[in-house]
Amino acid sequence: MATPLIRIPILQIEDFLVASIQVALHDRSAVQFRDDLLQRIHETKAKGLIIDLTAVDIVDSFIGRLIGDVAEMAALMGTRVVVSGLQPAVAITLTELGLELPGIITALNLEKGISILRRLTRQEEEDQG
Amino acid sequence: MSERTLLIRSDLDIVSARVEGRDLAKALGFGTIDQARIATAISELTRNIVLYAGEGTVTLRAIERGNKRGIEVVCEDHGPGIEDVDLVMRDGYSTSRGLGMGLPGAKRLMDEFEIQSQVGKGTRVTARKWLR
Repeated sequence: MATPLIRIPILQIEDFLVASIQVALHDRSAVQFRDDLLQRIHETKAKGLIIDLTAVDIVDSFIGRLIGDVAEMAALMGTRVVVSGLQPAVAITLTELGLELPGIITALNLEKGISILRRLTRQEEEDQG
Repeated sequence: MSERTLLIRSDLDIVSARVEGRDLAKALGFGTIDQARIATAISELTRNIVLYAGEGTVTLRAIERGNKRGIEVVCEDHGPGIEDVDLVMRDGYSTSRGLGMGLPGAKRLMDEFEIQSQVGKGTRVTARKWLR
């Protein structure tokens, strides 16, 4: 029995990609989401990616690890990843699970996420002269 | 007293189980953070069923002990069983794609946690959380 995959829309704003998870993702949809994100980064040459979790009430070790993977893989492709809108309950359970997502930049909300990305990418451009 | 047993066979069932678990936790009066803890623990435990046993069940029930009330989550499968329970309860140990935080992580999220397992027969994990 084939499971219908849920596809998360990935939007482009300026040089950044934004994906907001609004549904409970089962594992295969989450893997699809990771692959879609990396493909879109490759196609658009986006400088940054925001994964917005405002509507997500549960992040288990599978999804948490997947988000960590996306950040690591995107970094290899030269794209910064910011995770925005982590609910307090999600932050607490992630820490208690032992998944602290080291190296992931977080922002309180989408707007702050975009300004963090703007600052980071501007800095990088300046550094490169 | 409410009780439900759900069949766990795929990643879709993991999502349904944690939604049911959260709903029951909410109905029992658990706050948002405990609801997330319980739902996340259910997610970890039912994923173990799918990963290691292929299929099994999760039973969610309201429980009472003395004047305490809470929720009990029982995950059962007839999979390969766990050879060394102490080892799998150690942080960082994993035989699969997890990061070894499935069982110890779920234990930290709940108040009580028991594993009964027999190699070749299967595994039963019982986890409880009490209302404060």
